[in-house]
Amino acid sequence: MSHSVAKQRHPVAGIIAWVVALVMFFPIAWMALASFKTEVEAVQTPPLLFFMPTLENYRAIFSEANYLLFAGNSVGIAVGATLLTLIISVPAAFAMAFYPSPRTRGLLLWMLSTKMLPAVGVLVPIYLLVRDAGLLDSRTALIVINTLSNMPIAIWMLFTFFRDLPKDIIEASRIDGANLRQVLVHVLLPLVMPGIASTGLLCIILCWNEAFWSLNLTAHNAAPLTAFIASFSAPQGLFWAKLSAASVLAIAPILIFGWFSQKQLVSGLTFGAVK
Amino acid sequence: MRMKTIAAFAAALLAGTSLAASAETITIATVNNSQMVVMQKLAPTWEKKTGNKINWVVLEENVLRQRVTTDIATHGGQFDVITIGSYETPIWGKQGWLTSVGDIKGYDYNDVFPSVRSALSEGGNLYALPFYAESSFTYYRKDLFDAAGLKMSDAPTYKDIDAAAAKLTDKSKQQYGICLRGKPGWGENMAYLDTVVNTFGGSWFDMKWNAQLDSKQWNDAVTFYIHLLKDYGPPGASSNGFNENQALFATGHCAMWIDATSGAGMIYDKSSSQVADKVAFTAAPVDVTPHGSHWFWAWALGIPKTSTKAEVAKDFIGWATSKDYIDLVGQTNGWTTLPPGTRLSTYENADYLKAAPFAPAVKQAIDTADLDHPTMNPVPYTGVQYVSIPEFQAMGTTVGQLVAAALTGQSTVESALKQAQASVTSTMQQAGYTQ
Repeated sequence: MSHSVAKQRHPVAGIIAWVVALVMFFPIAWMALASFKTEVEAVQTPPLLFFMPTLENYRAIFSEANYLLFAGNSVGIAVGATLLTLIISVPAAFAMAFYPSPRTRGLLLWMLSTKMLPAVGVLVPIYLLVRDAGLLDSRTALIVINTLSNMPIAIWMLFTFFRDLPKDIIEASRIDGANLRQVLVHVLLPLVMPGIASTGLLCIILCWNEAFWSLNLTAHNAAPLTAFIASFSAPQGLFWAKLSAASVLAIAPILIFGWFSQKQLVSGLTFGAVK
Repeated sequence: MRMKTIAAFAAALLAGTSLAASAETITIATVNNSQMVVMQKLAPTWEKKTGNKINWVVLEENVLRQRVTTDIATHGGQFDVITIGSYETPIWGKQGWLTSVGDIKGYDYNDVFPSVRSALSEGGNLYALPFYAESSFTYYRKDLFDAAGLKMSDAPTYKDIDAAAAKLTDKSKQQYGICLRGKPGWGENMAYLDTVVNTFGGSWFDMKWNAQLDSKQWNDAVTFYIHLLKDYGPPGASSNGFNENQALFATGHCAMWIDATSGAGMIYDKSSSQVADKVAFTAAPVDVTPHGSHWFWAWALGIPKTSTKAEVAKDFIGWATSKDYIDLVGQTNGWTTLPPGTRLSTYENADYLKAAPFAPAVKQAIDTADLDHPTMNPVPYTGVQYVSIPEFQAMGTTVGQLVAAALTGQSTVESALKQAQASVTSTMQQAGYTQ
């Protein structure tokens, strides 16, 4: 009932939302379509909408590359980096929200400013550090880099969630005899769980899509799906159909994951937005 | 008899142990083009023969350059074999980044085209073995030429090309007189445009490394190039590189296409080209001089100095660039897919010559591409479509972007070349070539 009322209230907004969604989805749909064409059909002008679909590109990809190795690395790096990010960011955000110092705001801004530095600017020093640590072409290096790279965003997001909680809640819990750890684990964490979930989901997506460090710090053993896609781009010859098929295979897991977790993601991202 | 069996068994065991003990895993960084994909498919033959293993790292061309440069410059040592071009090989060799590969026992160096060997050498040392080489020539649609009553010359001039393009352009049918590279980049629009500048009598520098981009020859060449693409080229030409033009030509949209000879195999392949039985080839066009009218490029396999498995790597690149490997490709993958342009014996192979009618034209183009005399007037550099100095990559891309801006009408040819001259002059001063 309320759903239909909402629809009646915002017909224009609904249409705009649909148009935006379709425009955003079009490149993905086109890519999926191209993955079932032959290389010649994929570059045909005017573009072909109706054609005899083929699985040849997928067959070629599975015979040329070890997809499971790349996918396994992507999962390992994304999950590892996200867990490490949350383990460090949750206490940091909690401390900044509940026990702010005069420098907290400046610290938060400084952390965010590190995201403004182009990654290529620190390529050589990071490469040397990773080389000296013996971590070139290792998942550990990418987990650490992704953790450091996503931490500013994670702390900022978690900070806003913690900040929106009433401060008195700690005092009330302490009067009831809870220590700080118990307050954090049993009182605050359940309250900000949607926020932690959405931060974690965002971190997983960011790690999954990260390409620069993956391409530069890995070779064979730790290369994730972003390197897998890059390997199907060719300097000469037709490659669009195969590249599309590789891209579909690379985004499929995160697309399915995003579909099932969209409720948590949206509720987390809008947490505290409408008060 | 029994003793003999035991001895044979022990010998076999020892041989197996020694093979296993010496077995190494090498990492090869390469680009994803059809020749390299074939190499990956056939590599198990070498692995089986030697007991060694290969880890492949396949990257996009520009990513590969950046990745390998970072690794070599920082002594990362992640790769044992790298795929490099004829532009980088002498520069990296001079910097001491590559292992000399001129001493592989049993390798038939004399069968390699002398021009290819020379392009991959520096200071008398060979720093990479050629996997395949290419020049540039003119592809044209014989059916369209016949229908229009035109005849393509064996040695066309740019005036001939201009006249034919005008006659064969029918934009209402999406048929364009000529397709040329317009996508900015030193390896894209500048690769082709440099050949036009050369044959129009221009050059990047004079003998004292003074930039020449504001010369009349450059102006004439760029103006002519833009006229061809604007009047007879496909829409959005500034986005078209080799791949896009190859697709346009293969799907019947271009009457002529001047580009890499390595595209001929695909254009001639009926499964990937709609014009396979209508295409013909001739030399790259010339204007006032034949010097530098067609380029030279080779993809080669080199070994970084940082590799700890240089001997195994040498064994692999010796195998992958050998006559036996080329024969293996022909027998297993088809004769039109041979790595072209590297060995004299390839062009004496009857099976190849029968399957690839474009082969003699390719050989002639490669034979006559003179890297040491790329321009009408003497210049202090080698390289037809590039200048063999480390600074060229950035300079070429900057000038390519300025030319693309003139092509799209965002600036004029005069303004683009003025900016290009200022930029190149400044780079050369900073690099210490000029005062």
